[in-house]
Amino acid sequence: MAGDDSYKGYRGEALAVLKSFGAMVWSDVEIKTSRGAYTGIILPRSETADPHHVVIKLRSGYNIGLLARSIEAVAITGRKEAHYKIPEKEFPFDPGKPRVKLLGTGGTIASRLDYRTGAVIPAFSPGELYGSVPELADICNLETEKLFGVFSENMGPEQYIATAKAIGREIEKGVQGVVIGHGTDTMHHTSAILSFMVQDSPVPIVMVGSQRSSDRPSSDAALNLMHSVKTAAESDIAEVMICMFGPTSDTYGLLHRGTRVRKMHSSYRSTFRTIGDIPIAMVSRDKITPLRQDYKRRRADRSVKIDTSFEERVSIVYYYPNMKPDIIDALIDNGYRGIVIAGTGLGHVNKPLYPALARCREKGIAVYMTVQTLWGYVQMYVYDTGRDMMELGVIPAANMLPEVAYVKLAWALGRTTDLEEVRKIMLTPVAGEITEREPSNGYLILQGGIPEVEAFISTIKK
Amino acid sequence: MSEYQFNFKPFAEMTDADYAEVGFRSGLEIHQQLLTEKKLFCRCPAGRYSDKYDAEILRHMRPTLSELGEYDGTALMEFKTKKEIIYRINRETVCTYEMDDTPPFMIDERALDIALGVAMLYSLYLVDELHIARKQYLDGSIPTGFQRTTIVGVNGWIPYKDRRITIIQLGLEEDACREVSDVGHRRTYLTDRLGMPLIETVTGPDMRTPQEVAEVAQICRRLVRSTGDVRTGIGAAREDVNVSVRGGTRVEIKGVPRIPRIPLLTYHEAMRQWNLLRLRDELHGRGVTPETFKAETEDVTRLLQKTSYQPIRDALDAGLVAGCVVLHGFRDLLNWQTQPNTRFSREISDRVRVVACLTKLPNIVHSDSSSETLSSAEWLAVRKAVKATEDDTLVLVWGGREDVKTGAQEIAIRAREAATGIPSETRQALRDGTNGFERILPGPDRMYPDTDLPPKQVTEERLETIRRRLPVPIWTRESWYREIGVPADVVEPLAASRLAGLFEVLVKDWKISPVAASVALVQFRKRLKKKGMDVRRLDEDSLRWIFALFRDRKISRDGVLAFMETVSRGGTLPQAGEIRPASEVEVYAQVQASSAALRSIKIHNPDKKVHALMGLVMTALRGRVEGASIVERVRAAAEEKC
Repeated sequence: MAGDDSYKGYRGEALAVLKSFGAMVWSDVEIKTSRGAYTGIILPRSETADPHHVVIKLRSGYNIGLLARSIEAVAITGRKEAHYKIPEKEFPFDPGKPRVKLLGTGGTIASRLDYRTGAVIPAFSPGELYGSVPELADICNLETEKLFGVFSENMGPEQYIATAKAIGREIEKGVQGVVIGHGTDTMHHTSAILSFMVQDSPVPIVMVGSQRSSDRPSSDAALNLMHSVKTAAESDIAEVMICMFGPTSDTYGLLHRGTRVRKMHSSYRSTFRTIGDIPIAMVSRDKITPLRQDYKRRRADRSVKIDTSFEERVSIVYYYPNMKPDIIDALIDNGYRGIVIAGTGLGHVNKPLYPALARCREKGIAVYMTVQTLWGYVQMYVYDTGRDMMELGVIPAANMLPEVAYVKLAWALGRTTDLEEVRKIMLTPVAGEITEREPSNGYLILQGGIPEVEAFISTIKK
Repeated sequence: MSEYQFNFKPFAEMTDADYAEVGFRSGLEIHQQLLTEKKLFCRCPAGRYSDKYDAEILRHMRPTLSELGEYDGTALMEFKTKKEIIYRINRETVCTYEMDDTPPFMIDERALDIALGVAMLYSLYLVDELHIARKQYLDGSIPTGFQRTTIVGVNGWIPYKDRRITIIQLGLEEDACREVSDVGHRRTYLTDRLGMPLIETVTGPDMRTPQEVAEVAQICRRLVRSTGDVRTGIGAAREDVNVSVRGGTRVEIKGVPRIPRIPLLTYHEAMRQWNLLRLRDELHGRGVTPETFKAETEDVTRLLQKTSYQPIRDALDAGLVAGCVVLHGFRDLLNWQTQPNTRFSREISDRVRVVACLTKLPNIVHSDSSSETLSSAEWLAVRKAVKATEDDTLVLVWGGREDVKTGAQEIAIRAREAATGIPSETRQALRDGTNGFERILPGPDRMYPDTDLPPKQVTEERLETIRRRLPVPIWTRESWYREIGVPADVVEPLAASRLAGLFEVLVKDWKISPVAASVALVQFRKRLKKKGMDVRRLDEDSLRWIFALFRDRKISRDGVLAFMETVSRGGTLPQAGEIRPASEVEVYAQVQASSAALRSIKIHNPDKKVHALMGLVMTALRGRVEGASIVERVRAAAEEKC
């Protein structure tokens, strides 16, 4: 019996008490404790919860915890085991509709909660998706493939490469669009690396996630899925994009270019924002409205360039005042080959770091400067300090976002060890990661409290 | 023959035996806001209401499937309505948590303490470890689509008459939005009340008459108020009342704002259920059962192109459509009385209004209606077109194509339910004491664990601290009050008052007469409040100060009132040392002075003159003398000057 799920999640004192009464999880019980008497079903306990309490589900559906050591008697009256299963309905096939492939990497969008245990379980087959978002069948014929099930903070080169290759395969098979379900935390890292690894795609590649899991009635998952699937099936934008809520209201989504986008709020629905530029398009359930014309168009062919180079020994250093050179030295000593600095203002670090930067140059380590202001360009000529740093081999990375510069440097160093070649790759835009100009509406953070802003947000549902 | 022979009598004539005859049962779910500074799961200020708002957001609610792969009945209904939900947001009272854009913060500790204290007063078995649950609400009244709620205790009781009323459970939860409007496919909410801490107390279905329901509600109300830790005023306490009759179904009347309204509401609901059961018998007698029930729907837009019945005329002119539902074997049954002045057709119309969002009334007409609707020629044409017989009833519904489709479905659904009995519903309390459909009653499968918050242990030390500060239960206080001779009309208000503790000190420790103390604490306050004074200024400290003077015989009972008035007015109290009973000389001088002052006022009625003079003297002496002891002297003075 050891190691099975009879007492799932219980340990220590609570486990001992349950065992002493032979009360396994899912037992229907009447428990007497020193505080009172309670009737319900013993539930599995979360592994991270303390070892002192037993959880029961009352008849009313509420859960309560009882102190194990206060339990005096347990009468077992039955057993009601629950297995959570998502209802599946066969996804209907319509020969007149485009083929869209949904690749799953994990994250909130592709999961549901096991309500009894609180565990997150994947919900991803076409049947499961159709069961919960039947509207998808009005848009396309959906096929799905689960690549992996990881939270987005655990995405890395292995997953980037596998995803890029999977996209290549699907395009060769002739799908009209690819949707990638992804956790939102690092979605912009993945969208950036896919923008480099997958080039000249003939079809839209749309990354999507959700900020509220689909087991919540107010979830953004369903609408995000509809928006992203519609974009993959119908839009003529053949780029890597992120498709997430525009405002917090359930109104429209935005299509952000994969290299110019960033998660900007830890929990808002409308967390993704195009930085230093405007999004490519708006998408609602009815239509896709391009906001600009300079995007790559959909093609009928099936050719695509896949280059999954990736050098893992690249780091990103977020500069702070009083930073000591040992941070940089540690990277050098550990064999890192590339460093992206997120500097202050126009791209600065303090003087004590200079010797370490000089060491980087001696060791042939590529060092690129970006700005922690996120908006704006690196400009290292304005102050002498900037010029000094360039002397030390630090290369300004224009208006590339720090995370984008990080994955691009990894990609470039994966392709070549020649630093001059790397420099060329880094500073030649591949997918809009560096823009020649910043439009005046590319930097808009409305400041609350100002009367004209208040008037704007009171009439338009943000 | 039928077990539903009994006919409901008018409300005033119903006896306990009559309620026993119909098997009346009722229980309460009492919602009471707690007096905290902050909301339950965020740090917004609690208890600030304003219709002003700075921003609006728009959301939709989507049903999520239960573990069994079934949609909850309410969830499905709300999804059918396809409502756009608009939330109005006032920045002062609402943050991104209430908007469902930020995860919850830890539970407000003060709210939890209050809830635990009340749970102790109800003798509930307390929970060792709290688990926050999500209770789904798809009407949009909470932007997340669920209410965060947790059980604090189960299985308690209160004494009532010669028995106990079970308290099934006490939950601590966040309050919902206030609805502004619900028109067509758009429902608008104000969010200021959202997230306020409240406790929900659920009683067993133990009440046997409408009066009992109200009495038990009063006991619970006074019990929680006795803690001094709950909010009072409009909307701070709201009752949901569950009612059923023999053979009936639990129906919930939602959000009753005032307890005195409960008896009539529950009486009408019992009557409605009874009459629906009789309707079911009638249908069965006609051979209409849930299995044999038949209804068809036809589009009759073209047939009615020329109608002069205004509501349909307007709809067709606006390019909308009309549908007809044939209910086989229902002849005359839409006229079946359910509540006073309310017929079965109303149940159908309510469903169409709520589910199909056809909110402009009338939204249906039927062929048995006695009022002027279609011409008889039109009815005939429709009847012919849909192939209905004399035994059938026709119900027309009009509006947008999708809404008419939903509406027609709902008409058939509700009619079929009549052959089953009474649908489980949440109903709203109407002003006239009757009730109307609000939504399908949610099933038990809408409770989910909240994975955003960890379980929270309730330690024995915490409970001990709360227990020490807990007031004595009101029923214990009340029997003591009666023993020591507190006037009958003061007993109940005093027991629930936050001044009950002070009363005990005054009587037990200071040996002040129970009558004097209780009348001052309850009646004097009431009197001052009536005069429009702010009695909240009368805190325990100032009352102690006043009663100390009374105890030391420096002032009379009138003096207590006079000083209470001074405090209520916001005036300052003199130094206690300066106060002593008025001397003979002072009284004499004051009577003379006041008589002189009175001369400038023309009063002809001698009795009134005495009264006025008495008032002047007492005010001037500020209660430092007992009125009764000087009344003869005042009378003499008043008559002397006549």
